[in-house]
Amino acid sequence: MTAELGHYALVLALSVALVQATLPLLGAWRGDPGWIGLARPAALVQCLLIVAAFAALMYAYVTSDFSVLNVATNSHSAKPMLYKIAGVWGNHEGSLLLWLLILALFGAAVAVFGGNLPAPFRARVLAVQAMIGVGFLAFVLFTSNPFVRLLPAPLDGRGLNPLLQDPGLAFHPPFLYLGYVGFSMAFSFAVAALIEGRVDAAWARWVRPWTLAAWCFLTLGIAMGAWWAYYELGWGGWWFWDPVENASFMPWLAGTALLHSTIVVEKRDSLKNWTVLLAIVTFSLSLLGTFLVRSGVLTSVHAFATDPTRGVFILAFLIAVIGGSLTLYAVRAPAMKGGGLFAPVSREGGLVLNNLLLSTACATVLLGTLYPLFLDALTGEKITVGPPYFNATFGPLMVPALIAMAVGPMLRWKRGDLLGAVQRLKFAVIATVLALLATLVAAHDGPWLAIPGIALGVWMIAASVEEAAYRLRLFRVPVGESARRLMRSPRSAWGTTFAHAGAGMVIIGIVASSAWQVEKLQVMRQGESLAMGPYEIKFQGAEPIDGPNYSAVRGVFRVSRNGAEIAVLEPESRNYQDPPMETTEAAIRTGWGGDLYAVIGDPTGDGSWSTRFYNKPMIHWIWIGCLMMVFGGLVSLSDRRHRVGAPARRDVPVKAAKTAASMAGK
Amino acid sequence: MLMVVLRRLVLAICLMGLAAPAWSIAVDTPLDDPVLEARAHAIHKQLRCLVCQNQSIEDSNATLARDLRMLVRERITAGDSDDAAIRFIVVRYGDWVLLRPPVKSGTVLLWFGPALLLILAIIWLVISYRRRRPPLVASTAPLSADEQARLKALLGDGGPT
Repeated sequence: MTAELGHYALVLALSVALVQATLPLLGAWRGDPGWIGLARPAALVQCLLIVAAFAALMYAYVTSDFSVLNVATNSHSAKPMLYKIAGVWGNHEGSLLLWLLILALFGAAVAVFGGNLPAPFRARVLAVQAMIGVGFLAFVLFTSNPFVRLLPAPLDGRGLNPLLQDPGLAFHPPFLYLGYVGFSMAFSFAVAALIEGRVDAAWARWVRPWTLAAWCFLTLGIAMGAWWAYYELGWGGWWFWDPVENASFMPWLAGTALLHSTIVVEKRDSLKNWTVLLAIVTFSLSLLGTFLVRSGVLTSVHAFATDPTRGVFILAFLIAVIGGSLTLYAVRAPAMKGGGLFAPVSREGGLVLNNLLLSTACATVLLGTLYPLFLDALTGEKITVGPPYFNATFGPLMVPALIAMAVGPMLRWKRGDLLGAVQRLKFAVIATVLALLATLVAAHDGPWLAIPGIALGVWMIAASVEEAAYRLRLFRVPVGESARRLMRSPRSAWGTTFAHAGAGMVIIGIVASSAWQVEKLQVMRQGESLAMGPYEIKFQGAEPIDGPNYSAVRGVFRVSRNGAEIAVLEPESRNYQDPPMETTEAAIRTGWGGDLYAVIGDPTGDGSWSTRFYNKPMIHWIWIGCLMMVFGGLVSLSDRRHRVGAPARRDVPVKAAKTAASMAGK
Repeated sequence: MLMVVLRRLVLAICLMGLAAPAWSIAVDTPLDDPVLEARAHAIHKQLRCLVCQNQSIEDSNATLARDLRMLVRERITAGDSDDAAIRFIVVRYGDWVLLRPPVKSGTVLLWFGPALLLILAIIWLVISYRRRRPPLVASTAPLSADEQARLKALLGDGGPT
C-alpha cells in the first residue's frame, strides 16, 4: 500500500509541477498577481509530495518489502540498517528520486527564504525550477519507476553490492547531488533573468549564495567520493580520471568559474553575459553528468541502445534544456550590455583569467571524456583516454591558474599594479624560494616535477596568508588596529583566504603523495617482518571473524619505528554472501607525516598471505585542504550581505564528513 | 565514486561470470632484478585493465589484469625494450589498451583541441575587450596652449594666490 501511495504522490507531484512551470510564468508576463502568487504554494506542495514519495520508498527499504521490485533487486534482510537506508539511493531509480527530492527542496527553499526577491522574478525562477522537475518526474514515472511491484514477492532480496556497503554510500551521493542540483538554482535564476532581460548587481547578489552553497556541497561530495575510493578499492588510488568522476568534476570546474565571475557582476556590473552563460553551462554539465552516468552510455555506446526508452528520453531532455536555454540566451543576451570597464591588469582581469583557464580546463575534461564515445560512434575506432592524457592537458592549464590565484586578491579593481602586488607578497615569494630549495635538497633524486609542485602549493598558501596579513595591516599598525580590522573585514574576503590556502594544501598533498609514495607488495608468512622506509612491519597472523552479512579474515600487523611500536594495522578481507563477493578493507593509520596503508589479500595456500603496504606522505593534506575549501565557502556564505536568503548556511557538511571519518576509521 | 565503484564491479561480474569471485587479491611474484621490475611497473601504469573502467593494470585486482602484468614481465625478461613490450600488447588488444591514446589522425582533435580552444578563447577575449573599450585612455600629449588657458579659467583664473 505504501508503495502505491508513493507512486501516487509522484504522479500528483508531476501535475503540480506542470502547473508551477506554466501559470506563474504566464502570470509574470501578464502581470496577474494571482497567478504569480501560485508559484510559492505550488513549490511547497510539490516538495511535500516528493518528500512523501521518498519516504514511501525508504519505508519499503527499511521494512524489507520485497514485493517492491526495486527493494528486491537491491536490498537484503540481513543488511545493517544504515545500508538499508542508504541503499535507497544505491541504485538507478532510487538515486533519481533522491535527485528529485533535492531539486524540490531547493525549490521550496526559494519559496520560503526568497522573500527578498521581487514576486514576478521569484515566480519565474520557480517556474523554471518546475520545468526541470517536470522532466525528471516524467523520466522517473515513465522509464525508471521505483515503485513497481514484483509478484510473487521473493523470500529475500538480492542484496546490495558489497563495495557499496560502506558509510561512504550514506554521505557521498547526497552531497554530490546537493551540489549538482544546487546549480539548478543558478540556472533558474539565469533563465528567469534572461526572460526579464535584466542582469544587475542585485541579481548577482541573489545568485551568489546559491552557487556558493552548491559549490560547497559539490566540493565536499567529490572529496568524499575520492576518499571513499581511496580506502575502499584497496590500491590507495583516489582519482582515476574515470568518466564518472569527470562527470562530477566538470560542473565543479564550471561552478568554480561561475563563483568568481558573479563577483565581477556584483561588484563591477561587468561580465554579465558571460556569467549568465556560465550559469547555464554549469547546470547543463550537471545534467550531462547525471545522465552520462545514468544512461550507461559511458560503459559502451551500445549500452545506450540496450534501453532505448531511457536513452532517447535523456537525449530529448538534454536537448530541450540545453538547447532551449541557449536559444533564449542567443536571443536575449545581446541586449544586455556590460557596465564597468577595466584594464587587463586588475582584479576583474584576474577573474577573467581565472574564468578563461577554468573554462578551457573544463572543456578539456569534457573533450577527453566524450571523445572515445564519439570516435567509437563515428568511426568504430576504440581508444581509451586515461590519466596520462589528462595529466598532459589539464595540468598545464591549471598551473598558471594556480600561480595567478595567489596574486589575484592583491590586485585592485579597475586598474591594478602587478609588480606592486608581487612586491606586497614578498614574504610569500621568499617562502616559495625556500620551499623550492628545501625540496631540492631533501628530494634531489626524486621526480623533478615534484619540486616545483611543492613550491606551487607553498606559494598558494603563503600568498593567501600574506594577503590576509596585508588586509589587517598586521605589524604595520598597532595590534589593536589590526584586531579592529579583523572584526570589520568582510567574511567573503576570509572565505577567499581559506579556500585559496585549502587549494594550496590539496596541491601539496597530491604532489607529495604521488611523488614519494613507497609501496611494498609481498607474500608474508606469520611472524615475518618487512622494512618500508623508516617503518618495520611485522605480520602477527590472520584470524577469521564474522560480520553481520559477511565472513572475513583479519590480519594483524605491528608497525614499529626505531624499535618502538607505533601502530597495529588490522586490514580485513571480506567475503560477502549476498551477492557473493570479496572486498578489501584497508587499514589506514594517519600520522603527522601521512598515511600507512595496509591490505591483506588471499592466502597462498602454504600458510602465507598476500599483503600490500603503502606509505603515502602528506596524503591527508588533500582531505584537509578540501575541508578547508568548503570551510572557506561557508565563511563566505555567512557574509553579512548574504545572510538574508541563504538557507543552505549550515554546518552539516563538515560534521557529516567527520562522522564518516570516524566510522571509516574503525 | 559510488558509480565508479559500482560500474567497475558490474563490468567485472558481467565479464567473468557471476558465481566466481572476480577479484583475486594476490601479490604477483616480482622479477628478481629490481631494475627490470621497476620497468615493468612503469609499463603497467600505461596499460588499461581490460575489464575495468579506466584503471591501469597496475591498480587492478582483476585476474585478467594480473595475467597482463605477468605477460609484461615475461616480455621484459625476454629482452624486449619498453616500447616493444607495449607494442606486443597493443598488437593483440588494440589501441584501446593504451591509457595514453596515441597521436594519430583520429585523435588529432583530442590532443590539440585544448590548445586550440585556449587560443580561440584568448582571441575572442581580446576582440571583445577591444570592441567594448571606448578610447578611455586618451592621448598623454601635453595640453595645447588653448587647453591650458581653458583649464586655468576653470580652476579659477589666476592660479595660486
